Amino acid sequence: MSLLSLSQMKTSIGQYHVLHDVTFDVPEGGVFVLLGRNGAGKTTTLRSIMGLWKPSPGSVRFRGEDIAGLHASDIARKGIAFVPENMGVFGGLTVEENLVLATAKGKFDDVRLKRIYDLFPALEQFWTKQAWSLSGGQKQMLSVARAIIEPRELILIDEPTKGLAPSIIDGMAEAFAEIGQSTTILLVEQNFNFAKRLGQGMAVIDDGHIAHTGTMPDFAVDTALQEQLLSLSS
Amino acid sequence: MNQISQTLERFGGVYLLPVIVGLIAFVLIGAPSSWVTLTVAGLSMGMMIFLMASGLSLIFGLMDVMNFGHSAFVSFGAFVSASALAYLSGWLGADSVALNILALFLAFAAALAFGLVAGWFFEVVIIKPVYHDHLRQILITMGALIVSEQIILAIWGGAPVSVPRPAFLEGSWLIGDVTIEIYRAFAFALGLAVYLALFFVLTRTRIGLLIRAGVENREMVEALGYKINRLFVGVFMVGSALAALGGAMWAGYETLITPALGGEMMIVVFIVVIIGGLGSVEGTLLGAIMVGLMANYIGFLAPKLALASNMILMMAILLWRPSGLKPAVK
Repeated sequence: MSLLSLSQMKTSIGQYHVLHDVTFDVPEGGVFVLLGRNGAGKTTTLRSIMGLWKPSPGSVRFRGEDIAGLHASDIARKGIAFVPENMGVFGGLTVEENLVLATAKGKFDDVRLKRIYDLFPALEQFWTKQAWSLSGGQKQMLSVARAIIEPRELILIDEPTKGLAPSIIDGMAEAFAEIGQSTTILLVEQNFNFAKRLGQGMAVIDDGHIAHTGTMPDFAVDTALQEQLLSLSS
Repeated sequence: MNQISQTLERFGGVYLLPVIVGLIAFVLIGAPSSWVTLTVAGLSMGMMIFLMASGLSLIFGLMDVMNFGHSAFVSFGAFVSASALAYLSGWLGADSVALNILALFLAFAAALAFGLVAGWFFEVVIIKPVYHDHLRQILITMGALIVSEQIILAIWGGAPVSVPRPAFLEGSWLIGDVTIEIYRAFAFALGLAVYLALFFVLTRTRIGLLIRAGVENREMVEALGYKINRLFVGVFMVGSALAALGGAMWAGYETLITPALGGEMMIVVFIVVIIGGLGSVEGTLLGAIMVGLMANYIGFLAPKLALASNMILMMAILLWRPSGLKPAVK
């Protein structure tokens, strides 16, 4: 059974119909990538899954349970974490306070904290600094760390490489590969090389519709399909 | 302007402003005893305004709600407390300080309790239906302010109501040439205690972290698994109760109150919140102290300018820092 299953999900924002028919399954484990051009509906898809925009009609099933229409906080409590495109860190709070808020009981699990320090050493270094003073890459690390400070079943990550330096992107890819071994990641990404490196399953969204689903290894070698769906030239 | 800002940052940033204003006033006033009296008056006035404004700042920062009805809680706090004090006038005039304190405590508790309950009612019935709609918020909260003034008129009448003070807060301390009114010192101490309590809650507790995070990014707080609507109600209730407490303190300070009190304080409260920076308790304290000091210094040095002093201060600060002195990080 799929961990997450979207069926004919439609989302409107105001008078605009952004998602017309989004249907795909995310299997449990590993990294599933959602690709698409600018404005295709990738971010809207993630936000709709997270309950930040209400999809109607259609279904969003997480472990078989329909979560469409639930409040974002209820969806989060079911084990889904969200790393938004703008990272969503609380700038006035310290690194520690940002992470404390993401814990269920306000206390850290030592093992998970050690894992975060290993993945993102900068966070330990800037533990007591306010988040606004971090660099873009460090904010992204904090945002991802917040998603894994508690056990989660699914992490929705929206364009994590946007605006980051290549050296930071490499580190981020290694971290995601490591996280993907124990948690399912649904990754929205425009950086195809990054997506290719991490993804196992994939889908392409175009103008609010799912235009293609398959495996990343197959898609990575099909340059004609890439050109057709993403306007990528080899 | 940049150079001035950088130099100021080096020596304590915006926290240095009240000190600079105080020093300039010291030179202009000339007489140290008058300066101390005015400074204490300014600080105590600032602390009372802080009590009224801190809740509004948090409500705006966290909920993005423009509540022009906030000063209704100030009015009701003042009148509820005045009625309680009048009812307990026997205890107020007693020789026993314990009875004096108990009467004052009960009057403030009545104002706080009223603020909590009325705040809950106001949020659920009036504010909730107009979340995310600023125009309707302005209209409905202004309407609520007018209705509340009429309710006060209906209950307490249009004549000024005299507010008795407990005996232990009457009179002044004379230290050398300096006269310090005891009630003003008390107002300062109470305001400081409330600020420290708010500061502790906001920086040392989980609920405080949530409020600070919610001021910055409500959506992300929800995505972390928290029901922010419950937080809204709680913050609104506490903000309204603090406004009522500020009104109760102000009533004792003025000793004569009218139903127009809320409308009169609304402008000052909004100026303080704007000067301080939306959503920031520290900024609100700083703004309130600046307004209190300026009102007293200018009232003494150039009485004709006293009414305009708040507006001039607001314009000067917004020209320098358009987001206010210490806005919450957004």
